[in-house]
Amino acid sequence: MSVPASWYLVLAAVLFGIGAFGVLTRRSALIMFMCIELMLNAVNLTFVTFARTMSDIGGQTTVFFIMVVAAAEVTVGLGIVVAVFRRRASTSVDELSELQG
Amino acid sequence: MFATTYAVTDVLVFAGATLLIITGALGVIVMKNPVHSALSLILALLGVAVAFLAQNADFLAAVEIIVYAGAIVVLFLFVIMFLGVDKSQHPHVEPLVGQRWLAALGVLVTVAGVVALMANSHWVSGVMSSSTGGVALSPGAGNVTQLGDSVFTTYLLSFEATAGLLIIAVVGAVLLARRERPADADRDDDLIDGDHFDADDHIDGEGREGDEGSEGEWWNVKAPATEEVES
Repeated sequence: MSVPASWYLVLAAVLFGIGAFGVLTRRSALIMFMCIELMLNAVNLTFVTFARTMSDIGGQTTVFFIMVVAAAEVTVGLGIVVAVFRRRASTSVDELSELQG
Repeated sequence: MFATTYAVTDVLVFAGATLLIITGALGVIVMKNPVHSALSLILALLGVAVAFLAQNADFLAAVEIIVYAGAIVVLFLFVIMFLGVDKSQHPHVEPLVGQRWLAALGVLVTVAGVVALMANSHWVSGVMSSSTGGVALSPGAGNVTQLGDSVFTTYLLSFEATAGLLIIAVVGAVLLARRERPADADRDDDLIDGDHFDADDHIDGEGREGDEGSEGEWWNVKAPATEEVES
């Protein structure tokens, strides 16, 4: 019998936690993007695990679409990082503080 | 639910995937150099691909490696190289006092809550449910067929929508990353109008020379050496 689903789910939860910690603590926009990718992959892992457990292909289809959206998000996000770097000469999100009151 | 023992190979595959994922994920958030973070991200993504393979998601494992490790991480590395490696923001400097501990506390509470929720719910405790009415997953290549059938029949409209999404993303990325040409920067009204598509605008020798004249303008900041960036 294969490994139970709960093992993979706990692994995905830990991966999501690591990604969330990185987003909360790192200040380089590039690293934050990488951590967002980690969190997306944790969710993907959860979807695939449930697709196996529930014997439903819909979970894998959802992961397929998540990957497409993640690719689009990274493309636009890195474009924004490049545009911000042109103007501010930094990728630190602490520098972008014009909106504070 | 632990009445049956698990196959040794399955446990080993899970252990390997866990090792790859945790090592890679920790590397992403710990490494000082962004290039090392990107390489650690590849490690984590490979672990996720192994976990996909172990759970009958063959096509997704291939896509994970091709799209994520092959395209997205390369895009990350390209941007890092393009902007210059910035080591000034090393993770040991903490501008907001206590932020790290609060973040760790919040993450721990969240993960513990999710795990506790899973421990008390029946749908993750190994009970195979077929109540969703879905077609049973078939292992191996049949799984790819199932995924293709699902994408191109049930989710056809979503699939077409992703095509539009990707086109919009490409156009947006081109617009965002497009360098403002010196000829545009000299004329403020063109920038304000957002009129970047004049057919008679083209980069020529005069535009390059005009660039130096407007060097002090704020929109014309060139990428400096990384040593100049304040931490």
